Amino acid sequence: MSQTIAPPPRFTTICEMHELPIGLGRSFRIGEQSVAVFRTRTGKVFAVANECPHKGGPLADGMLAGEQVVCPLHTFRFDSTSGECDQPGVCAVATFPVEVVDGFVRIGITA
Amino acid sequence: MIRALHPVKPKLVVIGNGMAGARLLEDVLALDSELFDITVFGDEPYGNYNRILLSNVLNGSQDAKEIFLNSLEWYKENDITLHAGQRVTKVDREAKTVHAGELTVPYDYLVFATGSKPFVPPVPGTSLHGVFVFRTLDDCRNIANYAKGCKNAVVIGGGLLGLEAAKGLMTHNVGVTVIEMAPWLMSVQLDEAGGKVLGQTIEKMGITAKTGASTKEFIGHTQVTGVRFADGSEIPADMVVVSAGIRPNTDLAKESGLKCDRALVVDDQLRTNDPAVFGVGECVQHNGMIYGLVAPLWEQTKVLAKVLTGVDTVAAYTGSKIATKLKVMGVELASMGRISDLQSTDEVVQFSEPSRRVYWKAIIRDGKVNAACLLGDLGPADDLMRMFHAGTSAPERRLELFFSANTEKKETSLADLPDSHQICDCNGVCKGTIVKAINAGKCTLPAVGKATRAGTGCGSCKKLIKGLIEAVAGGVKADPSEGWYVPAVPMDKPTLVFEVKARGLKSVSAVLAELGTSEDEKSKAGLASMLKGLWGSEYIDERDARFVNDRVHANIQKDGTFSVVPRAYGGVTTADELIRIGEVAKKYNVPMVKYTGGQRIDLLGIKKEDLPGVWRDLGMPSGYAYTKALRTVKTCVGSEFCRYGTNDSTSLGIALEKRYQGFEFPAKVKLGVSGCPRNCAESTVKDVGVVATEGGEWEVSIGGAAGAHVRKSDVLCRVKTQAEAIKVIGRFLIYYRDNAKWLERTYDFVPRIGLEAIRSIIVEDSLGIGGDLDYEVEKTAAAYVDPWLERDYPVYAGQFDDARRISLPVLT
Repeated sequence: MSQTIAPPPRFTTICEMHELPIGLGRSFRIGEQSVAVFRTRTGKVFAVANECPHKGGPLADGMLAGEQVVCPLHTFRFDSTSGECDQPGVCAVATFPVEVVDGFVRIGITA
Repeated sequence: MIRALHPVKPKLVVIGNGMAGARLLEDVLALDSELFDITVFGDEPYGNYNRILLSNVLNGSQDAKEIFLNSLEWYKENDITLHAGQRVTKVDREAKTVHAGELTVPYDYLVFATGSKPFVPPVPGTSLHGVFVFRTLDDCRNIANYAKGCKNAVVIGGGLLGLEAAKGLMTHNVGVTVIEMAPWLMSVQLDEAGGKVLGQTIEKMGITAKTGASTKEFIGHTQVTGVRFADGSEIPADMVVVSAGIRPNTDLAKESGLKCDRALVVDDQLRTNDPAVFGVGECVQHNGMIYGLVAPLWEQTKVLAKVLTGVDTVAAYTGSKIATKLKVMGVELASMGRISDLQSTDEVVQFSEPSRRVYWKAIIRDGKVNAACLLGDLGPADDLMRMFHAGTSAPERRLELFFSANTEKKETSLADLPDSHQICDCNGVCKGTIVKAINAGKCTLPAVGKATRAGTGCGSCKKLIKGLIEAVAGGVKADPSEGWYVPAVPMDKPTLVFEVKARGLKSVSAVLAELGTSEDEKSKAGLASMLKGLWGSEYIDERDARFVNDRVHANIQKDGTFSVVPRAYGGVTTADELIRIGEVAKKYNVPMVKYTGGQRIDLLGIKKEDLPGVWRDLGMPSGYAYTKALRTVKTCVGSEFCRYGTNDSTSLGIALEKRYQGFEFPAKVKLGVSGCPRNCAESTVKDVGVVATEGGEWEVSIGGAAGAHVRKSDVLCRVKTQAEAIKVIGRFLIYYRDNAKWLERTYDFVPRIGLEAIRSIIVEDSLGIGGDLDYEVEKTAAAYVDPWLERDYPVYAGQFDDARRISLPVLT
């Protein structure tokens, strides 16, 4: 039996930490992928696809409720780690691994 | 004993022990039972009685004893000196004494409550035996006794009292004819059609009504035998009861040198031209009006008691709205205002059902019920009276004046709706889904909302959802979070404000850290709004507590673009502005340029990164069309150009908008100013509406809405000048800002607090916070900065930036 193993994500530097507003998100277009990157008040940085699975709202413009991002269009919420929505019947949003190295924010994108 | 302790009690003397005089005593005693040394003079040798019930004594359905209000004992118990059956003959205002025969009583305060006397037409024969007036308990007894030997009685006067007398006589087996000079009965309360209906009804009962008949003479030698009319005709009568209206008893007041017109003239404190002398009841004339009904009298005594006792020396009686419900000869009748007072611009709404002798008529003036009469069936009377008293607008569909949509029926039919019926139109949630959630134990609004999203949009379906919970689960569970200002902090607003002040919490994150139990976007935005109002310039403005609209000062659209609405003060613009807007629209390829409902221009489909440039090129301030703040002030053309306009609505609208721009509230606030009662600016469905009235005043109303929820605003007050309007509106706006729950629109806030309470706080300043409210207005106005100026100085990284492009390294 052969098994396909997904290639490990490649981390790409997108910005410096101070370029992320505190408690808010910012949108990036990394290759073909739109990504919303957030910096919580507690210092955690996380990234999700910048398109709400519900109606395509720009999640980067959303507010944070703890470690959930709230879509600005219809207030659907998505978990920063699992990407799961708080409403039944709405798909989870894709999440991306993040690392902060020497003040630089790096996102893992599987191309 | 008490007298010994207070040897210098001021002396209050009341002339008149009728309903007004007695009620005044009760009101005074209720406020301060030991303040005065009280003396009362009454013409009749009794305590006082309820004159309204006299006809019951006449017809025998009540005993005279039953209609007494206060017995002679009551006066003793309350230490009141009553001189019953003693007529005051003279008032010496210099010496401050009242004289009744030999008796001299000094006074510090004197009240005329002399009431009125029956009007007897100046025709020959009024002194014949068998001619009576109908006014007092003694009259009643005499009429009843005399009627025993009579066959034909004639009642002169087809008004309320006349008909009551006729009814009383009927019970004594006398044929009764009612004579009315006007062309129909009860000409004050009814119009011609109504009067005719009443005439038919009483004819059925065996009473003959002769209308349009002028009495010329009562015939007879010593005893009355008939009545002769101006047209020469005669009818036989072995007794006559004159009930042709009343006239105020003003002789004593006139002799005392007090200012009298048709009655004793009093001001808003019921004071005559002598500061120590007051008047109350049927003997007084206030603002040109003399009232002959009991309700206005209650209002007067209440005010006068406050003034006399010093509880409220500036208490004011401002006139009464006359509305009565009565039963005349078994015919139910309700009357409001003066039905005969009809102007050419009035709207008349009528309904009649001749077979049941039902007749309803309402006169609408300036959109409100100005007068009405209902006969035969008082179904809609209560609702009409409420509208009439409150001065609220008549329903848009006038037929609802009489046939109102029955809300109870609506709710019971909830159970009959099919499961597929959509309850929440915002989120497209059907009844079936909600019922399922309720059956799964979601028995509160938030629980249903969380499970189904129903009610989480505009919220207008919340009532229906509550109804469903009640129907399915048998009751809505008490939800403690309903009283909280925001979900994340378990406190109502006053507690929250107190804690925030006490702990000096000036940022949203600080409040959530100290008081919060969770964190959500709604709570953050709500706290941000509250803290900004609370701390003003000390507020620590954390942008992550703001919704995207408030971060980029534009309204996000479904595709993530934004709409831009510049301010157009009062909906007035100029050619130059329009050209600039047009040029901006071209330069930025604006996909849609649209007029808004609030008389402004909306540029839709603007990219976030273009916002600063668009604002710069427009050179106009933000219209705040994206946030919980003052939005538009819609105006009509007003007197500047409109040929109907009675006042300058545009200039008031502009002034209001300039004054209150940038004021943030728990929910959006829309204003409207109309220059005449045609109300072209739809001011009566605004959070605050102003309508110019004939006579140069402005009527300010609050709590209106015309969105998902439609509500006609409630009249707060009338003011004379623009400055007064601006001031009272400012007070209301700050009061609303500081007391409403987050996202609570004025249409919920006003009914929750209650119009009367708001009026007393805002207009009458009953809490004494008027100055504070004014100060808050000043402070907030001074703090206004156009948020669009952030175009040149973004406050946080990437505020107006498009997605940053990062190219991926080529894979190897």
